[in-house]
Amino acid sequence: MQSERPYWNPYVAGVGLGLTLVLAYVVLGTGLGASGGIARLAAGTAHGVAPAAVEHNTYLAAWFADGSAVRHYLVAMLAGTLAGGFLSALAAGRVRPGVERGPRSGIVLRLACALLGGAVAGLGARFAQGCTSGLALSGGALLQVGSFVFTGATFAAAFAFAPLVRKEWR
Amino acid sequence: MNLFAQDLLNGPFGLLAALAIGGAFGFWLERAGFGSSRKLTAIFYLQDFAVLKVMFTAMATAAVSLAALAGLGAVDLGALFVPPTAVWPQLAGGALFGIGFVAGGWCPGTAAVGVASGKGDALVFLVGAGAGSLAFAALEPRLRGFLHGGEQPVCSLPESIGLGALPGAVVLLVIAVAASLAATRVERLVARRNP
Repeated sequence: MQSERPYWNPYVAGVGLGLTLVLAYVVLGTGLGASGGIARLAAGTAHGVAPAAVEHNTYLAAWFADGSAVRHYLVAMLAGTLAGGFLSALAAGRVRPGVERGPRSGIVLRLACALLGGAVAGLGARFAQGCTSGLALSGGALLQVGSFVFTGATFAAAFAFAPLVRKEWR
Repeated sequence: MNLFAQDLLNGPFGLLAALAIGGAFGFWLERAGFGSSRKLTAIFYLQDFAVLKVMFTAMATAAVSLAALAGLGAVDLGALFVPPTAVWPQLAGGALFGIGFVAGGWCPGTAAVGVASGKGDALVFLVGAGAGSLAFAALEPRLRGFLHGGEQPVCSLPESIGLGALPGAVVLLVIAVAASLAATRVERLVARRNP
């Protein structure tokens, strides 16, 4: 089996990520984003199952004004993120199917936490109108008050909650 | 003129450009090690501060570059999409997001990189995140007053205290360097205590 290469220096990766964000602002006129693409994919899926319910929801209906919620640059960016991540992981020998967890955690506990955690994070991202990419990083680079409030709240809550899920990770 | 200002983001060229920039985004996240949920959550047990170092470095790099480009007249900051500031919903949303981050092990962008690395927990996290977004949509009509009361479309911290964009970005850079150095010291202390 091919061995995994080490990760890159965090400052090198940080500069690369920062310059990618600059490119996004210069070319697209907007920063990076991820949660919006996921929300739109979920809305598109829900629309396939129950179109009337989705069209009657005032929050989601606006996303279908042009016909499709997923024909949107945030969905394209999410597809790109997946592709870029895959090429990088492949080149470094890091594509490994599995469920990542700490030595004391079973698969069921880990997947249950991933599902619930994902739901809570997805809900929180919509409350805040963005996630770590669109609000914390992209807004932080423009020194926005809301971005710093969100980032502070995110890390404070995560540190406070971490002891309760220690068994999942350590 | 950028694509957002011309309303071309969702046209064929905008979608292609977003796809390519997303590719670079995913590449750098993966290189940093953010295709691993154990690495991402290690910061909350004081064992690996890569999340803080990468985020601060990226934010400071982009802040200084954008402020400098704006100063040279190469970028019009007024023509960019800026995430709005709404303090209370962003406090509440951040608290929920932080709990979801440490329990779920991912944030949305890194989960995409996790899926690309073969991680089943990342796929499950994204399904959860999609469900959480739909739950929000169901609740939204009753929350509108809370969500948008006091919302400001643009709210720059340095400008609200009378500082320009470039000095503000330089302050952020200094904070980023200090925080990264402090984080490395904590990493060493914790490693010495739990060999």
